[in-house]
Amino acid sequence: MNRLKERSYTLGEIEQGKPCCVPQPHLQIQDLTVGYGAKTVLSQVSLDIYQGCITALIGPSGCGKTSFLSSLNRLSDHHADAHVSGKILFDGQDLLHDPVDTLKLRRRIGMIFQKPNPFPLSIWRNLELPLKEHGVRDRNVRHHKIEQALKDVGLWDEVSDRLHSSAMALSGGQQQRLCIARALVLEPEILLMDEPCSALDPIASAVVEELILRLRGRYTVVIVTHNLAQARRVANYAGFFWMTERVGQLVEFGQCQHLFEAPTHALTAAYISGARG
Amino acid sequence: MAERIFSWLIMVCALLVVAALLWVLSDVVLQGAAHFSWQFLFDAPTDAGRGGGIAPILVSTLWLLLIALTVALPLGLGVAIWLSEFASSNSRFANSTGITLDILAGVPSIVYGLFGNAFFSIYLGLGFSLLSGGLTLACMILPVFVRTCEVGLRTVSNDWRRGALALGMTRSTAIWHILLPAARPAIVAGLILSIGRATAETAALLFTSGYVDRMPGSLLDSGRALAVHIYDLAMNVTGGDGAAYASALVLVTLIIVLNTLAQSLVDSWFKRRLVLA
Repeated sequence: MNRLKERSYTLGEIEQGKPCCVPQPHLQIQDLTVGYGAKTVLSQVSLDIYQGCITALIGPSGCGKTSFLSSLNRLSDHHADAHVSGKILFDGQDLLHDPVDTLKLRRRIGMIFQKPNPFPLSIWRNLELPLKEHGVRDRNVRHHKIEQALKDVGLWDEVSDRLHSSAMALSGGQQQRLCIARALVLEPEILLMDEPCSALDPIASAVVEELILRLRGRYTVVIVTHNLAQARRVANYAGFFWMTERVGQLVEFGQCQHLFEAPTHALTAAYISGARG
Repeated sequence: MAERIFSWLIMVCALLVVAALLWVLSDVVLQGAAHFSWQFLFDAPTDAGRGGGIAPILVSTLWLLLIALTVALPLGLGVAIWLSEFASSNSRFANSTGITLDILAGVPSIVYGLFGNAFFSIYLGLGFSLLSGGLTLACMILPVFVRTCEVGLRTVSNDWRRGALALGMTRSTAIWHILLPAARPAIVAGLILSIGRATAETAALLFTSGYVDRMPGSLLDSGRALAVHIYDLAMNVTGGDGAAYASALVLVTLIIVLNTLAQSLVDSWFKRRLVLA
């Protein structure tokens, strides 16, 4: 039943934002090094995330892509023995060294996880709770924003008759789209996605992928994926991570098409051709 | 063959436990009902408890329980939240708090009685009073309540904690609106254990709330708990068996009623927040 619904969904209107892919960095990462305790997992990563573009990060498991992602919204703060050094420039601030209000920062830089994690609340409360938390007091404004977010992810038509029933009863794909809506409702500028499709079946995965494509232009998206074909389909830019002596490093970064069609590094070529990894 | 013997043995275990419980319960109900009348609940005891009823004793019991729960529940929930959400896993203070709680949970209740007598009755000058008794009960139920709630909170999925953080929610919002409601079954279990232990307590109350069987005029009056009353009738009053059984019947019924009440209260309070599938 849920499968059928997934298949017959329609994407809602996404408000037009700035034109796609401004060659202007939204986030500038310089010499980012991440470690846990005595172990370094990611070393000296420098790259720019361009505004309105989709940047895909590929590479084998355990090479620090998720650690990279969670440094960008300072979620790494909550890991007991994580240490992050380098610079992350966002809106004139160094997120790692300047005093940053992490709660406000995370409103501007949203995050989607591998496993859909809707709260065990109603569909409506899932979106209302973060809005209330960020001081949206007006009921009508909240109502409008929630409806818009659900339309943006194409869930509105599927769930508008059961907004007050549990979000946990939705199918996996619907849950993941709800999580995306929950991030979008806060009107972020950047969305960090950590393998958002890998826990979903192929049909649901295709739906979410199409949704990510629709986000291009309006949001800056950084997506970690193990699905190379997906990276190739959605991304404007791509970065390839690899582990050298057990430490993750960025091997190559550039325009997605370029990286896939004419990789400059032998490791990249081997990985995307399936010879290694 | 071995499989059949095994399942048969397991079945016998279950039957033995149920049979023992039914035996005790039917004994209490049959013997208690013989001496029980509705008037028993509303009369004061006469002739050292052989005649009359248990009205003042019931009132004292409820006061003791109310004091114990009012003190222990918020305090216990606070400690549980601190242990599971805020204390880092390698914090010495947190570990020693945990060990202390485990030891306290195993301390015989007579020791709590002696402590309560020394601290509340004598040192704080509360004398033999409902307040001394209630506070002693609070100390006694605290360790079990804290540990049950803490374990409940720890089993709540980490995905929700990360999800809440990634949305820029404060930890207090996450705890109040998501984690505590999700830990509801454990909190209810802790509450039921606590109510059961406090209502059935004798030893801790002998030296703290005393055994005056008059209607208490204030919380600083001494008052006799139901369990103390049963103990007294059974051990010290010849010919008090009938009244003891009737009181036991009331005690068992009271615990069942209170547990049902506690469960439905906690459920209705949390269900307004939580919508489970």
